[in-house]
Amino acid sequence: MAQINRHDNRLGLWGWLGGGRWGIERYAYILHRLTGLGVLFYFLMHIVVTSLRAFGVYLWIEGGVFHQPIFRVGEFLVYAAFAYHAFNGIRLVLVELGFAVGAPIEPVYPYKTSLDVQRPLLIVMMILAAIFLAVGGYEAIGLAR
Amino acid sequence: MADSNKTVRDVKFHVTRYNPETDAAPYVKTYTVPVREGMTVLDGLHYIKENLDGSLAWRFSCRMGICGSCGMLLNGRPTLACNTQILHIAETQLTVGPLPNFDIIRDLVPDLMSMFEKHRSLKPYVVRADEAEVNDPAGEFYQTPEQLEAYLQFTYCIKCGCCMAACPTLATDARYLGPMPLSAAQRYNQDTRDDGRPQRNQVTGSAHGAFRCHYAGECSRACPKGVDPAKAIQHLKRRLVLDYLRLARRKKACQKLHGPGQGQPPGNIPAAPPKTVTPSA
Ligand code: SF4
Ligand code: SF4
Ligand code: FES
Repeated sequence: MAQINRHDNRLGLWGWLGGGRWGIERYAYILHRLTGLGVLFYFLMHIVVTSLRAFGVYLWIEGGVFHQPIFRVGEFLVYAAFAYHAFNGIRLVLVELGFAVGAPIEPVYPYKTSLDVQRPLLIVMMILAAIFLAVGGYEAIGLAR
Repeated sequence: MADSNKTVRDVKFHVTRYNPETDAAPYVKTYTVPVREGMTVLDGLHYIKENLDGSLAWRFSCRMGICGSCGMLLNGRPTLACNTQILHIAETQLTVGPLPNFDIIRDLVPDLMSMFEKHRSLKPYVVRADEAEVNDPAGEFYQTPEQLEAYLQFTYCIKCGCCMAACPTLATDARYLGPMPLSAAQRYNQDTRDDGRPQRNQVTGSAHGAFRCHYAGECSRACPKGVDPAKAIQHLKRRLVLDYLRLARRKKACQKLHGPGQGQPPGNIPAAPPKTVTPSA
């Protein structure tokens, strides 16, 4: 039989970031991955920077590179990523253990899904993350002075 | 009453075309369709095939949201073409594409085999130790309405693949089992007649199984039958964790009943009238 061509239509990274229907949980999913990668990157940098100490390089002391404003902002971003990732992570742990998604129901149009059931949890977690951000932001401004 | 034969407005269909014999890559071709009140996207495709371009290929059968053949990407959203009215989703422009995350066979026809293979790997049927009873039943299985409701929602799946096209995890991990097969696994795991969960756990708990899902929820938003695969998968994960920690309550598959009377029916049901037809042997 002749070889039949076909076109690979898998979305790849674009499907990860875009496509689909763009619900709020989708944004939460994207942000969770990005903040996770961000915190991981920070962690690796952290190991590199502190290990430089073995060579007598102290980047974080008064007047060091890490006192530049850009690193202050960067530090706050790491903190923000941590706050979001932690609180959204708590939601995900609960949801992925089958809590807060509701029992199976009779699907009657217009369909209500488990997304609607867990939405209050998402909102509460985002408020908690926002409070953490506000407190941390206040600190960061205070320190920068 | 509105005249259903009157054209309300013209809508431009931007349809993805791909002929595996002549085209290196898919391209978009535009057709203008005069749209009447109540016309579905499927009707629009028929109009194109009959009047504008006979070479257009797509898949459909029931044209009423039952067979699961006509899943497509309409204005970027995976849904059933027969279940979607053009005037509900389009002003003057409508993009029609094949479901992503599947290979395109031709035009709007995706190859759903990858989904069906994953589905099959999860043993989507009642698995029991007494297999002879399943193949050649001598009695009935007893199941309460509450036990039925524990999985009924997940039985409404029509295997259309819309959830698979919407899932961002499947977009980057082709081997991820995906929402349809996983919710089917949960459907059978929850069935009191079934005894196959330990076997299915081997697959659903694997590296490309349920724990790849991070609850983006797109599958549940996309599902045209209200199956809510995301819910099924989270319940599936809970069972996987409990099974792994050996904390799940042990339940044996329900026993069969031999002959009438063993399910203790209420006593006030009158006897059935005599048979009017004798089945030939
Ligand atoms: S909830 Fe899970 S299966 Fe459904 S779209 Fe999201 S990642 Fe995919
Ligand atoms: S779960 Fe819904 S979207 Fe997915 S295949 Fe079944 S019916 Fe289609
Ligand atoms: S044609 Fe059967 S579901 Fe659309």
